Amino acid sequence: MAFDYDQYLRVDRLPHIWCPGCGHGIIFKALLRSIHGLEIDKNDLMLVSGIGCASRLPGYADFNTLHTTHGRALPFATGIKVMKANLHVIVTSGDGDAVAIGGNHFIHTCRRNIDMTLIVFNNSIYGMNGGQVSPTTPYGSFASTAPWGNLSVHFDFMKLAQGAGATFVARATTYHVKLLEKVITQAIAHKGFSVVEVLEDCPTAYGRRNKMRGPVQMMKFWKDNCVMIDALDKLPLEEAKEKIPIGIFCQTTRQEFTDEQHQVAQRAMGEE
Amino acid sequence: MSGPKFKSGLRLMSGNEAVAEAALYAGCRFFAGYPITPSTEIAEVLSKRLPQVGGFFLQMEDEIASMAATLGASLAGAKSMTATSGPGFSLKQENIGYGCIAEIPCVVVNVQRGGPSTGIPTGPMQGDIMQARWGTHGDHPVIVLYPDGVEDAFWETIRAFNLAERYRTPVILLTDEVIGHMRERMFLPKPGTVSIYNRRKPRRIPEKYYPYQGGTQDVPTMAPYGEGYRFHVTGLFHDRTGFPTNEPAEIDAEMRRLLRKISRAYNDIVKWEELFMDDAEEVIVAFGCTARSARAAVKRLRARDRKVGLFRLKTVWPFPERALIKIAKRAHVKKMLVPEMNNGQVLFEVERVAGRYCDVEGLQRLDSEMITPRQIIRALREN
Repeated sequence: MAFDYDQYLRVDRLPHIWCPGCGHGIIFKALLRSIHGLEIDKNDLMLVSGIGCASRLPGYADFNTLHTTHGRALPFATGIKVMKANLHVIVTSGDGDAVAIGGNHFIHTCRRNIDMTLIVFNNSIYGMNGGQVSPTTPYGSFASTAPWGNLSVHFDFMKLAQGAGATFVARATTYHVKLLEKVITQAIAHKGFSVVEVLEDCPTAYGRRNKMRGPVQMMKFWKDNCVMIDALDKLPLEEAKEKIPIGIFCQTTRQEFTDEQHQVAQRAMGEE
Repeated sequence: MSGPKFKSGLRLMSGNEAVAEAALYAGCRFFAGYPITPSTEIAEVLSKRLPQVGGFFLQMEDEIASMAATLGASLAGAKSMTATSGPGFSLKQENIGYGCIAEIPCVVVNVQRGGPSTGIPTGPMQGDIMQARWGTHGDHPVIVLYPDGVEDAFWETIRAFNLAERYRTPVILLTDEVIGHMRERMFLPKPGTVSIYNRRKPRRIPEKYYPYQGGTQDVPTMAPYGEGYRFHVTGLFHDRTGFPTNEPAEIDAEMRRLLRKISRAYNDIVKWEELFMDDAEEVIVAFGCTARSARAAVKRLRARDRKVGLFRLKTVWPFPERALIKIAKRAHVKKMLVPEMNNGQVLFEVERVAGRYCDVEGLQRLDSEMITPRQIIRALREN
């Protein structure tokens, strides 16, 4: 039987605002299947977002939902998680939201290792605003504010998240949907701060300026250019350099922020 | 709230310490902040004190995150606070606006220093009066309180929390470097003797809960996240359900309700202090540390039989215009003098309100030194 998405949707809020060919729906569906698989009660799930296309997602989902200011979803979520440690807190964010305007919050949330999950919808562009260059736009690509080509190299989310101290770091794409669902599930189940980057398609704002006018072309790009991180070593060095690794980059444990906060309170209350 | 974690009795405290302690009395259990002079002691005290009462202190990566976390904690059901000074207050404005439109109770303390920009971190000024009113973009309701001493800072902090909870809105507590750092004798009350207001929770079942339905007082009830009410909160204009709307009629209705919920509560929110006002011919309108000099000036002049009175703003916004108009209309009131450590921010308001009924003069100092009683006396003599 087909999966019943409606049980997790606010169907009266549909249709959504996303363009035809957008990858957000694929990620949204994978997220809902993951939540279902983990048997999380809808009342115990908190979905937080900033500003942008991906940040409109919580409005369509029947959980506790919060649509904040641009780039600030993580600190809002931090306040909620510290007060309500029993909630599963998931943040959905675009690439601009997460590492441009929200970059400082991103690295510090990684550092704190607070038990939340960040899913970055990385379409390499400011989609909602109409196609401006973002910190993940590849070098040389075109955008409405990079008509001569992007002059700076893009952030590598995986290195950034690991370097800043996140304890679960993974990457998938909208083509590799099985992997996508698997890593989102593991990320939510992980105790600590987990980051999932999803490489996805914005044919409207990115593709049409970069010779990938249709969503199929963009999907094919992920299919042809992504390789599981474990398989990367088996490729000849020259070939490996050209590939985009996907899969789980880091999975480790260390002290978790909310636990520590609560332990400090317990200790301080005990002292007279 | 009792036991040895709250030590009532006579204490010598700074204004910043009084604000921190008062927050705990008011029921604050979450603070997120970023170090900045001259407000830092509030964070330092609460980093130690909050865990002792089962609360949480977070030093965030910046002022913006501090404001965001403060709002997040409030949405999760906690009374929450952040504290900052000048440049940090500028950075918080984005999310203060979010707190206004999403109607999230919290207290934002701004211990004013000299500005603009880095200005003078260790010196007092009173230049954020208008920023406290208009700092975030767009029309929005605002409540701003301004105490004039350590004991007043304690009680005004508690009032700030009570107003935030009652009207579901961020409340700004302005102090200044003088109030923040000076030490005074302060009587800490017994816990449980302080009147505390807690936000109204919905009585309706979740299926019938509208998080932005104003009700009779225009203040919606507020469910905390994670207790069965799966609602949506956004900084976009929204209807009573909390979901975004582009309908002009709904946008208009929301804006007007937001502004009305504060304006209709004028009598509950707007407080002031009067000293020798009954027969005053000259009225000094003052606030914060400047009100201390004004009080001294009034007492000295009364000793010389000059009919001078003090009108001290305790609530700066909404501006106490009804009270000031009444006073300005009194036949014996000839003049109002507004001493302030800025370029006349409150003077403009007093002129607007009282200017057609009596003379209004300003006395400004912009060098980060206090206005002295002698300066005030001289200003009255000259005019």
